[in-house]
Amino acid sequence: MLTEYGRVLIFILVGAGIGAISMVFAWLLRPHRPYPSKNAIYECGESPLGDTRIRFNIRFYVIALVFLIFDVEVVFLFPWAVVYSALGWFAFFEMLVFLAILLVGYAYVWKRGDLEWDKPAPNIPRYERGIGVRETPLTEEELVA
Amino acid sequence: MGLLNQRFENGNVLLTSVDDVLAWGRLSSLWAMQFGLACCAIEMMATGASHYDLDRFGTFFRSSPRQADVMIVAGTVTLKMASRIKTLYDQMAEPRYVLSMGSCANCGGPYWEHGYHVLKGVDRVIPVDVYVPGCPPRPEALMEGLLKLKEKIRKERLILKQTA
Repeated sequence: MLTEYGRVLIFILVGAGIGAISMVFAWLLRPHRPYPSKNAIYECGESPLGDTRIRFNIRFYVIALVFLIFDVEVVFLFPWAVVYSALGWFAFFEMLVFLAILLVGYAYVWKRGDLEWDKPAPNIPRYERGIGVRETPLTEEELVA
Repeated sequence: MGLLNQRFENGNVLLTSVDDVLAWGRLSSLWAMQFGLACCAIEMMATGASHYDLDRFGTFFRSSPRQADVMIVAGTVTLKMASRIKTLYDQMAEPRYVLSMGSCANCGGPYWEHGYHVLKGVDRVIPVDVYVPGCPPRPEALMEGLLKLKEKIRKERLILKQTA
């Protein structure tokens, strides 16, 4: 006699079996001709550069945290706005306190300069005199030639 | 009356070869590599969309070469793209097929003479199974090309030992 969990077990076994059978069949039938280009990481046809585990700038961490906090703040604001008229002034001051606490954090982040983002300073190549370009206009003889 | 209704004799035994079954399986679900290069890709998209409905032939587009069986080279193959196409073809799982769609992919098309940047036919970098002519080919032509590819796959023998 099967218990409820017994049925779950059969479900799991059948599910694993279907996966295993298809993998075994694929292993039996497929051509196996690996070579480096075929095994390379799929990068939309580009040759992959470096590792997949790349590092992000640490500043994204602070931005993400700040975003998360104010995201949650907005999430709390919506149900508050729905029941606002029923709760009256009490709810108003409660939310004011809540916003004030978060505002302190915002001011802290602002003062610390985490919201400022360094602008990239590209090194623009400049034309230097006398390289590849003649300085005087073409003379009459050169134009004819 | 259905296709199989009361058609079986000799005790309902069907005889076929393993290769036939495998070929039938492969040709019935030709998943295409999802990429387009030029205006032919617009026709390819139209073929995949609801009006022409490529899905009824078992072909729909996969965004990874690992899951794709057929590469539809739809459009102008520039020299810059040619090496990428070779890489993408390499990364497809075997057995893999290539359908060259349109004049540009077939032979360079209008860029044949003066296109300094265009590969004169995608068959210079990867083996092509079916060429679909046209500039661009109509969706019916692309479907015909896929059906021709199916005919080719139907005759293919993967498991049978090759006698040289």
